[in-house]
Amino acid sequence: MTLSLGTKKAIDLVVFLFLLFMGAVSILVTFAIVWVLLVDTIRFFTHPDGGGFPTSLIRFFTEKEWTPTFYEKKIGIWPLLNGTFMIAGISMIISIPLGLLVAVYLSEYASWKVRESVKPWLDFLEAIPTVVYGYFALLFVTPILQKFFSLFSIEVQGMNALSPGIVLGVMILPFTASMVEDAFKGVPQYLREASYSLGASKLRTALFVVLPAAKSGVLSAYLLGFSRALGETMVVAVAAGMYPQITANPLEPVQTITGYIVQVALGDLPFNSFEYLSIFAAGMLLFVITLLFNSIAVYMKSKSVGY
Amino acid sequence: MEQSVEAKLKEFDVEGYTHGVRRRDRLFEIAGLIATLFVLTFLFAVSVDLLIDGWIRLKEPGFYTSFPSRFPDQAGILSAWVGTLYVMAGALFWAIVLGIPAGIYLEEYGGKGKIARIIEVNISNLAAVPSIVYGLLALGVFVYRFKFGESVLTAGLTLGLLMLPVVVVSTRESIRRIPRSIREAAYALGATRWETLVHHILPYSLGGILTGLIIGASRAIGETAPLITIGALTFIAFLPPAPWEDFIGMLKSPFTVLPIQMFNWVSRPQEEFHYNAAAAGFVLLVLAFLMNSIAFYIRFKVRRKYQW
Repeated sequence: MTLSLGTKKAIDLVVFLFLLFMGAVSILVTFAIVWVLLVDTIRFFTHPDGGGFPTSLIRFFTEKEWTPTFYEKKIGIWPLLNGTFMIAGISMIISIPLGLLVAVYLSEYASWKVRESVKPWLDFLEAIPTVVYGYFALLFVTPILQKFFSLFSIEVQGMNALSPGIVLGVMILPFTASMVEDAFKGVPQYLREASYSLGASKLRTALFVVLPAAKSGVLSAYLLGFSRALGETMVVAVAAGMYPQITANPLEPVQTITGYIVQVALGDLPFNSFEYLSIFAAGMLLFVITLLFNSIAVYMKSKSVGY
Repeated sequence: MEQSVEAKLKEFDVEGYTHGVRRRDRLFEIAGLIATLFVLTFLFAVSVDLLIDGWIRLKEPGFYTSFPSRFPDQAGILSAWVGTLYVMAGALFWAIVLGIPAGIYLEEYGGKGKIARIIEVNISNLAAVPSIVYGLLALGVFVYRFKFGESVLTAGLTLGLLMLPVVVVSTRESIRRIPRSIREAAYALGATRWETLVHHILPYSLGGILTGLIIGASRAIGETAPLITIGALTFIAFLPPAPWEDFIGMLKSPFTVLPIQMFNWVSRPQEEFHYNAAAAGFVLLVLAFLMNSIAFYIRFKVRRKYQW
């Protein structure tokens, strides 16, 4: 195939422009997300059912009930935030110690063979559909919890925050553990060797040399994990109930921001109705919160010391 | 009063101390192993639980060839798996069309330029956006403003965007693995950039790109939240028209997919429907497992084939 140099150069330019354009589409997607959330959130706060702008915004942050779908509309966001943060918090209680243990074991102790045979399964754990985890939380973990707590004659409701919290904790574990492991991998071997040469054990080296050296990477991994737990939807939609309330009791049903969006979306949703707009306001808040945690995580990682 | 250092050393039980250290080390290793096994057991428990609960439905051939029904023992996943097939085809299309060029641009052309940097940060941000927010994007933009409706087209587009970051990152990584010398050899023989791209970069990185696509698809196939948000129906007793007969009709057709069908069955109070849910969940699990195995296999093959 003989093309003239001019044609070749033209093709080169066209290909370049095409690739650049496709790369830029991702920016368009981000803009579209921010735009659609922003526009409909503003419409939500100016909607007469919420009392119109500034009133609605004040009600959003001061009322203690969330009932935009009822006849009598209360639009206090705190019950949803309560549920969201409680479940994400429980998942971190499971995920942080367990994930750290798994990551330290895999990166510092396990032989190459063990590591290579465990990692694909951890990857697969990440690919399990979340609705499957939801099923597992509702119909496997909750009954076990009910039996366990009945030993102490404590009643656990069929829908509760604890069960999806635990399942979420295990669910995000492969994700955080592999990032923590990467952070450990970034710690140069000579630090470990220096520690060993001073007579430190593997455990001491892992906890007092490698972990502090990988600190920012580990923190960033957990922040990303937390942000993921905040935005998780199906596990909580299936197993946490649909009852937005302010409570500190993880054995009661709660509702998360994501759970609320699912509940409303399942019903008939007239465009621009108050219910329709309310899921965008809730979604906007979720978007801002997760963006905040992600940004802190990225900042953390950028602060990590290069060796 | 004051003991000399030597006396202290003599008193110090070196053997006991090192023994203790070794034991703690060993204990921690065992704890780590148990934690890892616990996580894997969890995976095992999920699969076995679904298999046991769903076996009664899984063994019925009718389960795979029937539409959903009011009667749990007659309900099947026909419309769900066909819907999943169509939606995934759409998602793969968009992920390939948008993701691979973006990855090539960032790795081959972008360099350290400002635009490339912005796109890069943007994609890593997109990767961390909760999937349900993509659902809101699709509902607000594709369904109502673009008037695509609650259709196969909207669903494919939504999941395609969701897969985008995974595809971009894997494309970049597999291109990065190609050594500079290959490119320089091509340039030295007078090849232009796109010739180098088409003749060398793409063929060598194809395995890695494919792996990324499959991994991305295995995540997308189980995605439920964004599709519920755009209003996917749960009770579909018909199939979308075959694409070779009525392509536009297929794109515009309402749909349901496996995870949504499963969610619908889980949320019902009757226990019989839970068997259906478990069976649908097991089918999903098998699909995810197959896709991951294929990706794993390709990665393994590619590692062997190209050793620079």
